Amino acid sequence: MSPKLPIYMDYHATTPCDPRVVDAMVPYFTEMFGNAASRNHQFGWQGEEAVENARKQVADLLGSSSKEIIFTSGATESDNLAIKGVADMYYERGDHIITVVTEHKAVLDTCKKLEKRGFKVTYLPVGSDGLISPDDVKDAITDKTILVSVMHANNEIGVIQPIAEIGRVCKEKGVLFHTDATQSVGKIPFNVNDLNVDLASFSAHKMYGPKGVGGLYVRRKNPRVVLVPMMDGGGHERGMRSGTLNVTGIVGLGKAAEIAKAEMQSDHERVFGLREKLRKGIMDEIPDTYINGHAEHRLAGNLNISFAYVEGESLLMGISDIAVSSGSACTSASLEPSYVLKALGVGEELAHSSIRFGLGRFNTEEEVDYTISRVNEAVNRLRELSPLWEMVQEGIDLSTVQWAGE
Amino acid sequence: MAYSDKVIDHYNNPRNVGALDKKDPNVGTGLVGAPECGDVMKLQIKINPETNIIEDAKFKTFGCGSAIASSSLATEWVKGRTVDEALTIKNTEIVKELNLPPVKIHCSVLAEDAIKAAISDYKGKQAEPQQKAEEAAVNA
Repeated sequence: MSPKLPIYMDYHATTPCDPRVVDAMVPYFTEMFGNAASRNHQFGWQGEEAVENARKQVADLLGSSSKEIIFTSGATESDNLAIKGVADMYYERGDHIITVVTEHKAVLDTCKKLEKRGFKVTYLPVGSDGLISPDDVKDAITDKTILVSVMHANNEIGVIQPIAEIGRVCKEKGVLFHTDATQSVGKIPFNVNDLNVDLASFSAHKMYGPKGVGGLYVRRKNPRVVLVPMMDGGGHERGMRSGTLNVTGIVGLGKAAEIAKAEMQSDHERVFGLREKLRKGIMDEIPDTYINGHAEHRLAGNLNISFAYVEGESLLMGISDIAVSSGSACTSASLEPSYVLKALGVGEELAHSSIRFGLGRFNTEEEVDYTISRVNEAVNRLRELSPLWEMVQEGIDLSTVQWAGE
Repeated sequence: MAYSDKVIDHYNNPRNVGALDKKDPNVGTGLVGAPECGDVMKLQIKINPETNIIEDAKFKTFGCGSAIASSSLATEWVKGRTVDEALTIKNTEIVKELNLPPVKIHCSVLAEDAIKAAISDYKGKQAEPQQKAEEAAVNA
């Protein structure tokens, strides 16, 4: 049976809303539309009740207390609030922040902004598998360090950092630990106490919830973390994030979190099975393909492959009825290939040749079969068109060629 | 990014894909770009030395859809032209024909470079026997 086209296989970018999430949200648009901050009538109470119910659903997923969840517009805001909020609150203790070169831009650009304001930031390098070691963090901590920010799972290569150990190091040193858990929350077990995190960013639309809503976990005990807010106003969310609460979105986030918790194991197994089928179907069939990032320490749904001698964007065009993304320069506005792949030491040529497949809850076996055959077909066709492939077949070592463009 | 219909057509049905014998004295080969930059074009032309007309052209390209389309179009355009006429092909004409967006202009530049490099290779080959003859005359 051929699958319905186009196929969505870009679940790291965003996910469709689970229909159960939409059903939960609908009444809050029209019937129960109250402002959760309206304290003196039923409409407001309904809104508040819905928000607090969602807060509980999210807290249950994270193993935290409800009071430790701050709702935001999404993970970018949460990253900004966590990092800038800590910097502004604790600058008298120190001016040093530690992060990693492969972080999302929401973390990296926030750190760069703080550097302009006089903070010092250490960007830890990663190994060729995309991972950092807790010892690297330990060695980088100084008596001026106030915050360590290390993402849980990477958005491009899906590798999962050893954040429990990193969190332990931070705890020992008395440094706050933030993790951007946007890609991992709802996909793999995430417990704020097991993982020793003080702050954690997450987003609804990466776990089958709506766009425009997310949250930040802020630890209240051992230690009690206080943030300086970025927005001033009505003092919502314990004063850390003013602004009328997005009740419908928050209800959606809560429902998505509830479903994720209940179905995590079965979702994980199914997605992992599809990913492995895809990996074998592509990598066993096509020569000169390389997996980017650690083979095991990665999200079940992530497969990031470089297809040597084929440029990523042209490959995307060849499989245009399958939505995936590429680390190729040509797919970005900057014309620079993926900084994450470069940080792994993947050569620029292979960075240009990379494709990220992101599998999720609604993908099917048929879609994976179709994708395998389309990718095989497109890579073969483009290699026939590739002067690099031709040279390699002639026995030329490409690294010895003096390229005109260099 | 949405591609123009012409880019998609060249990508799906690239014209003149293949290789010519690069040892043939009447064949000029241009290899431009670098794998690190994400674009490599190989463009070959076969010239009739009597008429100076490009009788055949072939290409292979590693690069995005716009790079493939630019080089495919370049082979179409050089065929049937004289070497001097082919040298007048400007990248801006390729941009116009394929409706390339600003971020893809470098693809057209590379295609123009590939034409020039192939012609230069051919001219070098043509000069060689003459040079050898001259050298022989001097040495005699």
